Amino acid sequence: MHEMSIALSIIEAVEEKAREEGAGKISGVDLVIGKISGIEPESLKFCFSAAAKGTLAEDAVLMVEEPEGTGECGDCGMRFPVTFYYAECPGCRSLRVKIVSGEEFLIQSITIEE
Amino acid sequence: MCDTCGCSSDGGAVLRKPGESDYHVHVSEGAHGHAHTHSHSGEELHAEDHHHEGHHDHGDGSHHHEGAVRKIVLEQDVLQKNNLLAERNRGYFEAKNIFVLNFLSSPGSGKTSLLEKIIPLMQQRFPVAVIEGDQQTTNDADRIHALGVEVIQINTGSGCHLDALMVNRAVRELDLQDNSLLCIENVGNLVCPALFDLGEALKVVIISVTEGDDKPLKYPTIFHEADICILNKIDLLPYVEFDVAKCRENAMRVNHHLEWFEVSVKSGEGLAVWLEWLEKRLVRH
Repeated sequence: MHEMSIALSIIEAVEEKAREEGAGKISGVDLVIGKISGIEPESLKFCFSAAAKGTLAEDAVLMVEEPEGTGECGDCGMRFPVTFYYAECPGCRSLRVKIVSGEEFLIQSITIEE
Repeated sequence: MCDTCGCSSDGGAVLRKPGESDYHVHVSEGAHGHAHTHSHSGEELHAEDHHHEGHHDHGDGSHHHEGAVRKIVLEQDVLQKNNLLAERNRGYFEAKNIFVLNFLSSPGSGKTSLLEKIIPLMQQRFPVAVIEGDQQTTNDADRIHALGVEVIQINTGSGCHLDALMVNRAVRELDLQDNSLLCIENVGNLVCPALFDLGEALKVVIISVTEGDDKPLKYPTIFHEADICILNKIDLLPYVEFDVAKCRENAMRVNHHLEWFEVSVKSGEGLAVWLEWLEKRLVRH
């Protein structure tokens, strides 16, 4: 259940930013959670609504963009979609695959009301 | 409520020391204000008015907000706070030339037993200190304390992993020596600890032959993050269905940089190889 502590740290970060901007309320939070980042978006959404109670983000709508995983072969350089870390290059069968996207876990933006 | 001092810290991590029943420090004191921000009752009523999910555009005109709506781009790593603090820990460790290992595994695969076995041997060469992570009890710290090394217990309460803040606080309570080895035993859990950098030099994941050789595929994140994998309890191989070669292959598929060791903490088999490797890293460090 690391999603709960993650939800709390998201609230902390967006509240800090919103206060800096003089906002009275956060109405939206946009996250980027890569498909292979190790985070369950559904679980995080559930925790977020609980963690947001009594904060500026209490009514915030959580939007999650989930970029697909992309691997790059360390041997032949081919790029291809991956669904997890144990990817095999479809071109040369190499296992030396570097994940180049899909591991993102970002607070992209927030929407605030003054 | 804290059952030791009666303070209202609910669910936060607590530091404890073996043999010092009065000693306890709350990690979260003054560090996490988020859950306790003041809410104004008037606003709460107002919030309940339109708390229906999916109807957030106020299109019915019944309610109008004053002031502008703005979008602010953050592009900030969600774990940024933890990662920054982990880097601070790392800087401190580098300055004092402390080599830090973060031990990860499911409960019962032999993290504490491994430490009990290697610490007396390492102690002859380097000063050793230990941070123990568990939800409750100082049982593990007591076992390490019996070896005569500096040890502190982090009780995470409801928490499922250690984070950089807990380690930062624990380190302040320890008398760490220069040119030493610090072993951090994370909470027994193959999922959550993978995401939280503590400032360690290396992550060591331990699995045992009683767990199934597909563990690296079932819990890939932690194997992907680890630098070293230790297969423990190999003395039990004759009695269990466990294919060592297959397990190793599975681990390598998830992380081809993984250093692989096979040991039995009980019989001592394979420990010399891993210790030799560790000593080389410590000297080079």
